[in-house]
Amino acid sequence: MRDPKWLKWVRIIGLGLLGLFTVTPIYVMITSSIKPLKDVQGDFHWIPTTITFSAFHDMWSTVPLAHYFVNSLIVSTIASVVSVVVAIFAAYAVSRFRFAGRRAFSITVLSTQMFPGILFLLPLFLIYVNLGSAIGVDLYASRTGLIITYLTFSLPFSIWMLVGYFDSIPVALDEAAKVDGSGPIGALIRVVIPAATPGIIAVLIYAFMSAWGEVLFASVMTDEASRTLAVGLQGYATQNNVYWNQIMAASLVVSIPVVAGFLLLQRYLVQGLTAGAVK
Amino acid sequence: MVVSATSRPGRGRGSGDPGRPPPPSRGGRGRVTAWLPVRLRRLGLPYLLILPALLLELLVHLIPMLIGIGMSFIKLTQFYIRNWSAAPSAGWSNYHLAVDFNGPVGRSLLHSFFVTVGFTLLTVALSWFFGMAGAVLMQGEFRGRGFLRALFLVPYALPVYAGVITWSFLLQRDSGLVNHVLVDQLHLFGDKPFWLIGQNSFASIVVVSLWRWWPFAFLVLMAGLQNIPRDLYEASAIDGAGWMRQLRSVTLPMLRPVNQVLVLVLFLWTFNDFNTPYVLFGKTAPQEADLISIHIYQSSFVTWNFGTGSAMSVLLLLFLLLVTAVYLLITSRRRSDA
Repeated sequence: MRDPKWLKWVRIIGLGLLGLFTVTPIYVMITSSIKPLKDVQGDFHWIPTTITFSAFHDMWSTVPLAHYFVNSLIVSTIASVVSVVVAIFAAYAVSRFRFAGRRAFSITVLSTQMFPGILFLLPLFLIYVNLGSAIGVDLYASRTGLIITYLTFSLPFSIWMLVGYFDSIPVALDEAAKVDGSGPIGALIRVVIPAATPGIIAVLIYAFMSAWGEVLFASVMTDEASRTLAVGLQGYATQNNVYWNQIMAASLVVSIPVVAGFLLLQRYLVQGLTAGAVK
Repeated sequence: MVVSATSRPGRGRGSGDPGRPPPPSRGGRGRVTAWLPVRLRRLGLPYLLILPALLLELLVHLIPMLIGIGMSFIKLTQFYIRNWSAAPSAGWSNYHLAVDFNGPVGRSLLHSFFVTVGFTLLTVALSWFFGMAGAVLMQGEFRGRGFLRALFLVPYALPVYAGVITWSFLLQRDSGLVNHVLVDQLHLFGDKPFWLIGQNSFASIVVVSLWRWWPFAFLVLMAGLQNIPRDLYEASAIDGAGWMRQLRSVTLPMLRPVNQVLVLVLFLWTFNDFNTPYVLFGKTAPQEADLISIHIYQSSFVTWNFGTGSAMSVLLLLFLLLVTAVYLLITSRRRSDA
């Protein structure tokens, strides 16, 4: 494609504005986290006049941030790993087998994306309370309940994306594995999963991110012991004082794992989308 | 593309799927009986594979949804929360309350609905436009391309509470960046306006939402652009098509299937979005930015009237189903015409 000359300027201005819009809040988050409290409570200044790292020290004691951090880490890790395993099996069935109800299954799973969270929040809360006391496992206000909830949130997207990805892997490869004596599961493990690794990584990032960032269910389904970062971070504002510098420092710290992971692995997400979903 | 379950009836015994009732035959009892259990097992395999996903969806989405519909027909107030099976039937009264637009409950629901429609249309249109502009301008090679791409994706990667809480700091009246730039530096307003309460809160929620969602549109459209064959651009260039012409006649038509899904997904996610307004405004949103999910949350959990809240959720779901069906009907027909 030959680019006309004016395009260069449109590109510079367009991308520049998008970049400015994107980066401003991130800049404020970083610079405010190294300001002392009185500087974030008074008039705003672009350049910090006094630099202090006290917010990064104080934020751990203002709210039990480390506790929330561990909760988020446990919940998001288990939820995303289990969700990906479940999605791989389901996507393999949809991609490689013709069975009665295949289309109904796909449509049902995808349509759950449309449900307003608020519609099943309260029923789920009641189910967890009652089922939990019936089987003796704490589901309400526990990490287990939150894990089960979150792993279904990423399932529809994961299955949809993996079906597209599996479809792009030639069935001849499966057949070759079966000639070597593998059953369908053997073919899945030895051929399809290795060939679909970028797609699987993409789905894993997506599942982790969605569990790490969820707010609505976390705000209703947790207590002090099982509280995750999504709710815990609001603790800085309910104190007598709003510790904006600590909020910014905490936001920065809790974002680093997901943003770093996402940026390192984003090419798999683009590859995964290119191979499967957007075709 | 799909392997028929019966294509290789004799083999496949190595696969592990325990728990199928008919045990694999040890052979020697005649061909038909030896073959049947394996065939049954192979037929059952896809169901076994989707079973975990199906059970989880049933537990977390489908059964709660049915219970939610049931709850919309009972008087579920705080007196019956502990023992909700004893709550008296309400008939259609929860629905009557929700759609009685002369009553205070119905009127505020309708208001919230219109606010949400406006918010969603603006956010989706702008997110798509920003994402499209970003993706198209990123085509081709130039210095810093990889860096910019990563930078644009950061708002999407940031946990929603971290990004949105930063915006609520930016939008503070006295100590925020927005008023500093608009009032102190550009002198656009005489007095510092409020951004998180009153009239301006609608603009605030649109901007914050746009900031969060356009990178997703950008990501999907970028992936979509990579799937357009290079030769289409070369062929159209030989035919004398300029840059604008190529955008109109190659890029946009080729992206149509991607756009169909992208716009729908953005619409549903924005319409149902709870996280952004909840972190930005807290439990009670200002009138002007009273989005429907917050409104229903408020009606259920703050006033403890879960029956009416459920009725509102069911109405919301019906609306979304209707919009999705009409949307898919229209866009699919256009697609098959093209």
